[in-house]
Amino acid sequence: MAPRVGVVLFPGTNCEYDALHAVERLGGTAELLWHGATSASGYDALILPGGFAHGDYLRPGAIARFSPVMDAVAAFASEGGPVVGICNGFQVLTEAGLLPGALQKNRGLRFVCATTTLRVERDDTALTAGVPVGTELAIPINHFEGNYTCDAATLAELRDEGRIVLRYVDNPNGSVDDIAGVCNAGRNVVGLMPHPERASDPLLGSEDGIVLLQALLRTAATPAPVG
Amino acid sequence: MDPSGDGQADVVDGSGVPLHRALGLTDAERDEVEGILGRSPNHLELALFAVMWSEHCSYKSSRIHLRRLPTEGPHVLVGPGENAGVIDAGDGIAVAIRIESHNHPSAIEPYQGAATGVGGILRDIFTMGARPIAVMDPLFFGDPTEAKQQWLIEGVVAGISGYGNSVGVPTIGGELTFNPCYSQNPLVNVLCMGVLPTERLVLGQASGPGNLAVLLGSSTGRDGIGGVSVLASAGFGGGDEAEEAAKRPSVQVGDPYEEKRLIEACLELLDAKLVVGIQDLGGAGLVCATSETAARGGVGMDVDVSAVPRREPGMVDYEVMTSESQERMLAIVTPEDLERVQEVCAKWEVRAAVVGKVTEAPADGPGRLRILDGFDGPVLGDVPAVALSEDAPLYRRPLARPADQDARLADDPGALPAPTDCGHDVLAMLADPTWVYRQYDHQLFLNTVEGPGGDSAVLRLAAPGLPASERGLALTTDSNPTWCSLDPRAGTAATVAEAALNLACSGATPKAVVNCCNFGNPEHPEVMWQLSEAIDGMAEACLALGIPVIGGNVSLYNESFGQDIDPTPVIGALGLIDHLAARPPGVTLVDGGTLVLLDASVGHAGAHRTPPSLAGSRWAVQLRHHRNGTLPPLDLAGHGRLVDFVAGLVAEGVAGGRAIVQGIHDVSGGGLGVALAELAVRSGVGVRVSGVADHHELFTEAPSRVIVCTTDSHSLLSRATDAGVGFRVLGSAGGDRIVIDDLVDVAVAEATAVWRGRLPDLLDDLAPVTN
Repeated sequence: MAPRVGVVLFPGTNCEYDALHAVERLGGTAELLWHGATSASGYDALILPGGFAHGDYLRPGAIARFSPVMDAVAAFASEGGPVVGICNGFQVLTEAGLLPGALQKNRGLRFVCATTTLRVERDDTALTAGVPVGTELAIPINHFEGNYTCDAATLAELRDEGRIVLRYVDNPNGSVDDIAGVCNAGRNVVGLMPHPERASDPLLGSEDGIVLLQALLRTAATPAPVG
Repeated sequence: MDPSGDGQADVVDGSGVPLHRALGLTDAERDEVEGILGRSPNHLELALFAVMWSEHCSYKSSRIHLRRLPTEGPHVLVGPGENAGVIDAGDGIAVAIRIESHNHPSAIEPYQGAATGVGGILRDIFTMGARPIAVMDPLFFGDPTEAKQQWLIEGVVAGISGYGNSVGVPTIGGELTFNPCYSQNPLVNVLCMGVLPTERLVLGQASGPGNLAVLLGSSTGRDGIGGVSVLASAGFGGGDEAEEAAKRPSVQVGDPYEEKRLIEACLELLDAKLVVGIQDLGGAGLVCATSETAARGGVGMDVDVSAVPRREPGMVDYEVMTSESQERMLAIVTPEDLERVQEVCAKWEVRAAVVGKVTEAPADGPGRLRILDGFDGPVLGDVPAVALSEDAPLYRRPLARPADQDARLADDPGALPAPTDCGHDVLAMLADPTWVYRQYDHQLFLNTVEGPGGDSAVLRLAAPGLPASERGLALTTDSNPTWCSLDPRAGTAATVAEAALNLACSGATPKAVVNCCNFGNPEHPEVMWQLSEAIDGMAEACLALGIPVIGGNVSLYNESFGQDIDPTPVIGALGLIDHLAARPPGVTLVDGGTLVLLDASVGHAGAHRTPPSLAGSRWAVQLRHHRNGTLPPLDLAGHGRLVDFVAGLVAEGVAGGRAIVQGIHDVSGGGLGVALAELAVRSGVGVRVSGVADHHELFTEAPSRVIVCTTDSHSLLSRATDAGVGFRVLGSAGGDRIVIDDLVDVAVAEATAVWRGRLPDLLDDLAPVTN
């Protein structure tokens, strides 16, 4: 059966239909999950899509972490369910404490919408399972606050535990260690600033994002490991 | 001041200016109001007329000319006069489009001015029931090496980026023009396109006496009071900081998050068929929305001003009625549906307040707009709703061809000395707009097949809730103020022609245009002549090319220090692609391809003189500061054949068939030299071209020309011959240099560095680097 993906919708989210469309194009089923929901049961994976949840007031993700759905997301993640935060979704996951670090304003202090080249660093996370390490992917970024930062101890931990999932080949925003995506210790929660759904159709110029979304659907179709 | 009004119409404020003049009405207009009411208007009523009869709202100087535009076509569902023009795109889908200016607010407060320009145009589109799917921003500034212009550019681009990205509508193109005439009066135009299932089309009208007018969205504050009258309908003294500071409160402040929720709530209300009419609140705020919906529906409306949610205490009635606070909509709903409307709004955290009731028109006259303090309370103002919109004054202002016009036409740049190094001049005209558009989300909704920077942007015709379609949309905005300053009629016709050709380069058939007419002070007869001529040129080109004008906006009083801007009619053009299965070729080259110039004038004797005219060219105007001469001719019939031929040729490849065209670019600003260089820097492939006699041929901006890069020149040439389209083989693509006869020999790498670096070198040192 096709994996069922919940796409979390906060007021101010704007990439929800893009994520939905990309998942369905790859054979998954997807539905919107309103931010007031208190349960995420019944889904095989969750995507927190891009946008400006709650207007990014205060700072991106700072209010969204208090939406009721975030307790459900945390519970889903703690049971090993695959959770992917894209762009604003990544920001929300860091604010919610499901991923380490923070996303600060880009180096240069401007919004950047452009295609970047990413290098896959791990083949054992919810978003990259089975994708050969070293694969280079052309995938757009679209953010003002995408400059990943964390303290030295966290960075060391991320490196030691192999939790840096994706790196920019040509760092567009000043992220520490060229980090474009990281995962949690369980490797089931992944956040990334680039938008794989925007690179999922040859008509739009790149289909490199399909590799990642397919990996997520494969992960979603596999029962979560016990323990 | 007496907020409730007591008939003291000619109150004189502290400065000694009669009230109606302080509000922006002339003495004659004030008398006209008294004639309509049959009594002296009170303060509130005067304020209502002042904003509604402002140039910005009433088009009182331009309406008489706009009537000459062709507006009809079998596919036109809604023409000019509504919130947006709408065409039938087939497959049960309609496309709404509109363009507006936000010039004066942006001159004073660039970030908020530009941001609220985006917000306002989005509301015009979703008012029609359409989901906004694309924005374009034509921008005009003064000399970009000046600090003030850099501040304006930074602010305007950041405002568009900050609002547009957050509200979630991609910005897929626009234009960036620099000319000293915009130094004190930049132009910020914004075009928006939306799509809807054809059956969801709604018009901004009230109907059904007893129905309720529900104000959705933001609370009402003092921001933007008099925006249309004080700010938009008068010129600038010019650079006087105290004067600008005094006008700053007339600039509205935008909140894209409020707008995003408002869009989603309104589209949900429309999908659930819970509204009978809907209207955005923009210029002139609540008075405009209530009077226009009532007038269009042939009814009246009672407005309870005390029911309007306010942002601050102490606001008086005319402030509430004329405030231009952003992110507000007026929905007309039946009393039975009110509860469901409130539920949808509550879900999206959108405020909803019943502020009005639709009333029956009296048997002996038009519906009344009555402003009340409580629905059963005292009447504060009472005017015929239709008088505010449809009875606005109509001026036939004097026209005068400028006295120096003949001298300017006779002063030809052909006699300027030839450049010692044409390659140097080509480089001087290259500028990559990426610095601007990489700050815009141009990809949202997964529709953007061809983004900003090409001849036209191309989108899939798709959105949530739309029927499936294989079609595509192409969109472009174009302008040519230099040409229009020399000859507004020919310049505007050429602008329409260029827009149509830009669409054709993406394989699209032009279907509709909208215009944003940015001109100087209409009280200057030369400006009115420019406007009148421009409209005639637009009408001629649109008729010849078969493209209806489905909407427009007129922005006058673009002047400072008594100096008018160059006439700047901006054309937004929408095209349809029947079958979008493959990416259009775009502005690029393939190594080994043959370069062919399709030229509507080749083979048509007399169409071109020798040498061709350099008048109005970037080379003459920007590099040699020579603004005069007689423009190259435009043959509209030949241009139409070229547009049809190019659109058909490109469409074959776009539909998934064998592509004859591997790269394409129209010849416009900078002429053949710049067009070839742009093809080279965008592809990284060089060119070797021969047969270009001199700098006249290299830099003339004669219209109706397209460069095609093809790997099947045999087919291309025979097809062009069959279609009666002239052509000339220019040379070939390949190597790493741009070589044009003995005129130009530049390394592609050097040209690319210059092209890429132009804007960042000027603008990037402004932002501190954080790490």
